[in-house]
Amino acid sequence: MRSLYLGFNGLRENSRKYLPRGGIFVSDMKLYLEDGSVFEGESFGANVSATGEAVFTTGMVGYVESLSDPSYTGQILVCTYPLVGNYGVPDEKFFESAKIHAAGLIVSEYSENYSHHSAKQSLSAWLKKNKVPAITGVDTRAITKILRERGVMLGQISHTGKKGKFIDPNKENLVAKVSPAKKTVHGKGDTTIVLVDCGAKENIARSLLREGVRLIRVPWNYDFTQEAYDGVVISNGPGDPSVCGEAVENIRKAFASEKPMLGICLGTQLMALAAGASTYKLKYGHRSQNQPCSTVIGGVTRTYITSQNHGYAIDPNTLPKDWTVWFTNANDGSVEGIRHKTKKWRSVQFHPEAAPGPTDTRFLFDDFMKDVAKSKKT
Amino acid sequence: MSTPKKILLLGSGGLRIGQAGEFDYSGSQAIKAFKEEGIAVVLMNPNIATVQTDKGLADEVYFLPLTLEYATEVIKREKPDAISLSFGGQTALNLGLLLEEKGVLKKYGVAVLGTPVSVIRDTEDRDLFKNRLKEIDVKTAKSFAVTTVKDALEAAQVLGYPIMARSGFALGGEGSGLVRDKEALSHKLGEVFHTNKQVLIEEYLEGWKEVEYEVVRDKDNNCITVCNMENLDPMGVHTGESVVVAPSQTLTNEEYHMLREVAIKTIRHLGIIGECNIQYALHPKTGDYRVIEVNARLSRSSALASKATGYPLAFVAAKLALGYSLPSLPNSVTKVTSACFEPALDYLVIKMPRWDLNKFENSNKQIGTEMKSVGEIMAIGRSFEEVFQKGLRMLAIGADGFTAHANGNFKIEEYLKEIKTPTTTRIFAIAEALRKGVSIEKIHQLSGIDLWFLAKMQNLIALERKLKRGTLTKQMLLQAKRAGFSDKQLATITKSKEAAVRAKRTRLGIRPVIKQIDTLAGEFPAQTNYLYLTYHGSENDVEPSKKSIMVLGSGPYCIGSSVEFDWSSVEALKTLRAEGRQTIMVNYNPETVSTDYDMSDRLYFDELSLERVLDITEFEKSAGTIVSTGGQIPNNLALKLYENGVKILGTNPKDINRAEDRHVFSALLDRLAVDQPAWVELGSLKQATKAAKELGYPVLIRPSFVLSGAAMSVAFDEVSLVKFLKRATAVSADHPVVISKFIENAREIEIDGVAQNGDLVVYAITEHVENAGTHSGDATVVTPPQRTYLETIRRAKDITKKIIKELKITGPFNIQFLAKHNTIQVIECNVRASRSFPFVSKVTGHNFIEVATKALLGKNVKGNYQTLELDYVAVKSPQFSHGRIKGADPLLYVEMASTGEVACFGDSYHEALLKSMISAGFRLPKKNILVSLGGEENKVKLLPSLQLLSEMGFTLYGSEGTTDFMEENGIACAKVHKITTGQEPNILSLIEHGNIDLIINIPTRPLARENEDGFVIRRKAVDLNIPLITNRQLAEACIIALKETGGGTLPCKPWSAYTPSDA
Repeated sequence: MRSLYLGFNGLRENSRKYLPRGGIFVSDMKLYLEDGSVFEGESFGANVSATGEAVFTTGMVGYVESLSDPSYTGQILVCTYPLVGNYGVPDEKFFESAKIHAAGLIVSEYSENYSHHSAKQSLSAWLKKNKVPAITGVDTRAITKILRERGVMLGQISHTGKKGKFIDPNKENLVAKVSPAKKTVHGKGDTTIVLVDCGAKENIARSLLREGVRLIRVPWNYDFTQEAYDGVVISNGPGDPSVCGEAVENIRKAFASEKPMLGICLGTQLMALAAGASTYKLKYGHRSQNQPCSTVIGGVTRTYITSQNHGYAIDPNTLPKDWTVWFTNANDGSVEGIRHKTKKWRSVQFHPEAAPGPTDTRFLFDDFMKDVAKSKKT
Repeated sequence: MSTPKKILLLGSGGLRIGQAGEFDYSGSQAIKAFKEEGIAVVLMNPNIATVQTDKGLADEVYFLPLTLEYATEVIKREKPDAISLSFGGQTALNLGLLLEEKGVLKKYGVAVLGTPVSVIRDTEDRDLFKNRLKEIDVKTAKSFAVTTVKDALEAAQVLGYPIMARSGFALGGEGSGLVRDKEALSHKLGEVFHTNKQVLIEEYLEGWKEVEYEVVRDKDNNCITVCNMENLDPMGVHTGESVVVAPSQTLTNEEYHMLREVAIKTIRHLGIIGECNIQYALHPKTGDYRVIEVNARLSRSSALASKATGYPLAFVAAKLALGYSLPSLPNSVTKVTSACFEPALDYLVIKMPRWDLNKFENSNKQIGTEMKSVGEIMAIGRSFEEVFQKGLRMLAIGADGFTAHANGNFKIEEYLKEIKTPTTTRIFAIAEALRKGVSIEKIHQLSGIDLWFLAKMQNLIALERKLKRGTLTKQMLLQAKRAGFSDKQLATITKSKEAAVRAKRTRLGIRPVIKQIDTLAGEFPAQTNYLYLTYHGSENDVEPSKKSIMVLGSGPYCIGSSVEFDWSSVEALKTLRAEGRQTIMVNYNPETVSTDYDMSDRLYFDELSLERVLDITEFEKSAGTIVSTGGQIPNNLALKLYENGVKILGTNPKDINRAEDRHVFSALLDRLAVDQPAWVELGSLKQATKAAKELGYPVLIRPSFVLSGAAMSVAFDEVSLVKFLKRATAVSADHPVVISKFIENAREIEIDGVAQNGDLVVYAITEHVENAGTHSGDATVVTPPQRTYLETIRRAKDITKKIIKELKITGPFNIQFLAKHNTIQVIECNVRASRSFPFVSKVTGHNFIEVATKALLGKNVKGNYQTLELDYVAVKSPQFSHGRIKGADPLLYVEMASTGEVACFGDSYHEALLKSMISAGFRLPKKNILVSLGGEENKVKLLPSLQLLSEMGFTLYGSEGTTDFMEENGIACAKVHKITTGQEPNILSLIEHGNIDLIINIPTRPLARENEDGFVIRRKAVDLNIPLITNRQLAEACIIALKETGGGTLPCKPWSAYTPSDA
């Protein structure tokens, strides 16, 4: 009860900035898209402008996880589910990284009223603290339809109403921006796992850190092959894999050993590049928590529901002979995971660590750890 | 398993509380899914008003009781190699379990499709269920399954009161409830153990959130959750009684996916194949959970989930039962993506229950763990406020939204009390409390409703206040529309007119946008025809269709408006399609077939209000609108739509109005020299009492423009007249009320028909078994008529011709007559399809709606339709849900009380009557019959029948007066004392312990509620599930039929064996 009250008191403190309990905010904000379309709504985040790549997500829960996911760096996030903010924002320890990485947030109906026992602040307050602008009251389905057709489109949130320059965040090395500056070590144990952090979600680290595991978290371009380790995980991250040459080089080096490797999202693309395959842009990117991915286990097609956020896919025709497709997307047939035919090198395009989204493929971490244990014995 | 060649599909029978029209939807989808594979389908379902029993769906249809006896006969005759139990609700599931238990399935080599029987038992038997979940460390509520009162009391002692008592194998939470102390528990269990062998005594999870997931699993262990739903009312209110939102609104990602993971784990462990539903309690502060139950079949929730997401659950479940895997099935909305996915919604839906408890005098308004609602609505939108207010209007109970009701109703005096102890009007009590300044924290404390929902409700009250104060600027108007305020509400708030508000907002360019439901939130392009309107948007997803015909649906199921009007709407759609017309359906009832994705070219899942239909019409510019198939809601809209320039097909709405307005219609009959009961229109109460005295009591009070006799009453004296008048004027304040002489001992006949340009095209005559005074919806109806003279039929037909000529009817109509001796009088005329259209269509073999729809399109429909000379007889019986409405008197009355109907065919009237009665839950007596007859007339007239019973060897028990009378007339009868005497045996003890098979209790006057014992007898009969007859004519007919047929298993023939093959 106490925390519920806190939630509502928090709201009252800010209430001067809003019309009383009506749901419409005073200050106007505009979203400009590269194709010339403009959407006007009300501000509920920081009163600043922002530019970035506009992307949408169709998840119905998980705004906290998405906003703090470093993969969203440089991106203006459009939520297709209209009501956002309902359960507020919990303590930092539940985030996917310390701060909001998304450049901006666009929703149809920001819920001023929030209510949850874990809530520490409102979404609005969190956005303001992180100096991230947000717009409510716009037709997010209309935006989604535009983005779906164009895929990558630059956008601009303007708090002055005026249109500025579109800046492509992908021109920068975004991975370098979000990757940690130096190596850190977590946990204790006989098994050492390297996590190449290209902007990793916390839940990947949480999923790996278990009894007997020592986790070495290294910057994206760190030559981890110098470390004594038992297995390596290449994390998710923002932007274009082609600017991560150093990481690709390190992975290629690691292929010299037999040690198990698991790639996730951006990590899968880096592994594909290291193996010699190429990637292409999907007609309709996957930005949701309901992507069905299939693999054949013992002659039976098993399909899992996965959480995804990517616009590029691996071209299966370019896979070297000793690699094979592991998972395919049941909707459009695109590659969702690859594996080496003999070595324990596997990677998935989706997020087995979930957060947000379904936990169906969390077993991949267990499988990876089993591989690591087995490889340690031999 | 190899693909079966012939599947027996069990339906759910007559609609009743806890089991409504949703199973017509699921059954129809299953039949289509099976037929697509080239498999023959045999359907057993006595619900004649369903779409699934239409020609062209199943290969054979059996209108027979869903009992072990009849199902065994059908299996013997049809020799199916598989049976499907999951599409006919709890009725089909229980029957299936019984067939298996008795070895029938094994004996005849019938395999159960989908979820295996052992798994169904694991989910139905509370103890097995708990243990199965314990195996995988999934938490269930702490509980004990018990089979005796003693064990129950001990278990309750261990858990500590209050506790929840739940009965296994029950639908809609029947027999379940919160029990606060030992006395209440022993009382309750006495009843429950009469119908149930097992009861679960469970920890009470007060205030926990209630959440459910719809889960689909295939034989390869692929498992998905299609939708999750959150109840606005926390634990303690049955999910069928709760306001429900989808997707959940107050769950975090972590909670959402934790429960999803438990769902998948549980369903995999249980081994369900197809569709099921899992219900949880979730602690609002700790996030702890309990699994409450799993329903291993299609359910009301799955129908809702299917309509909420656009995912065809029943269709997919049927395919999975045949052995398909989820990834091998396509998403039927996008056509290109996989069915193995979880829909993403970019809108939210709200479901609200519709109650009709005020139809039952003495009934309790409180809601709880037992289901009492008779129907539901679903509203779609893009903000909570929008769907919430839409939903409240959709209930069609006179509410204009959450607040600002034009009729000034919904003021709740004891609002805090109703918030604490939930009633059917709790939502309006919250509105009242918020208006009075009660804090949402206080309301939360009292109700347990999450603050998030309450804050949204508070937004509405605050906005109303703001609207009252300020001028209606463009921004204010837009804000109000986005919060779901209707033009009518805004007119009430700003003291304006609905039309003026509409004119202003269209001038300001404030119009709703049309959005698609595509299952993927726009991520992939989809060719979906599933649409809704919202003010949260800047563009339409679709272009106007060309020259479509719009059909207005029936709205929520309620007493008097049920699946039969959905059937009529669906038949209209089918005919329009066959005639090559593009169709638009407007309806918002998630339990219907008319709202299925494949029934129309465009489905607007939205309000049936003047405002919304005009919004749609202005956008679509449809070529015509059909208002005559959806019952009273579209019928009442006809004139207003017409006045706003909407093209109504068929009878001119002005003429519809002439039939609906009691005063105008009565005057019209006078002018046509058509006889009718003496009538008078009411001005003041004083005039009314004077007029009633002149007409002579009893008198009938009838408001206009109402369905199913809402507020229709028979008054035997001035006291009851005054009481009823007050009720009538409250129901229909702006429409005239007429009182007429009530004719006692008259028979009632009805003509259902179709006319074109005022000429009769086709008609059918049905005859009521009960005398006038029983509402036509509660009457047992037979066709062809058995007791009506040919001359009477000829006269009725003549009068019909006169009326349809005068009203220039084109389309369906229904006229009700009173017949006494050789006189015939008209009581009412409906210029629309009536409740009995599916019955007469399926019995005569002529689809009346098909004819009517063609007539509406201006096609030549003249022909020779034979409807009287039939070689068989069909009887339709009412299906009551009195067991659910505690405290209500299960007496037939002028106001309708039945929730559904069933019908059966026979080679004789007797055969059809008994089968029909059994289908509605009657059981033929084996030995003991209790008779209690009020008044001399009943006794004298029933004497020959009682003699028959005695001759047939039944043991008769009688109340004091009845026994004396029988003994005087030489019939052996054991006397039982009045309850008040306290002597043994008395009526109460006999009913409770006497193994009574049948109770015949006829009150002195058909409508009076005179003596206490009578009420107790009837109520006990219902509570203990003992067959009860309260009408003399029905008792007579039933007894004669028993004698004539010998009381054994009656012939089991399919529909096709009766009706002409060309129909």
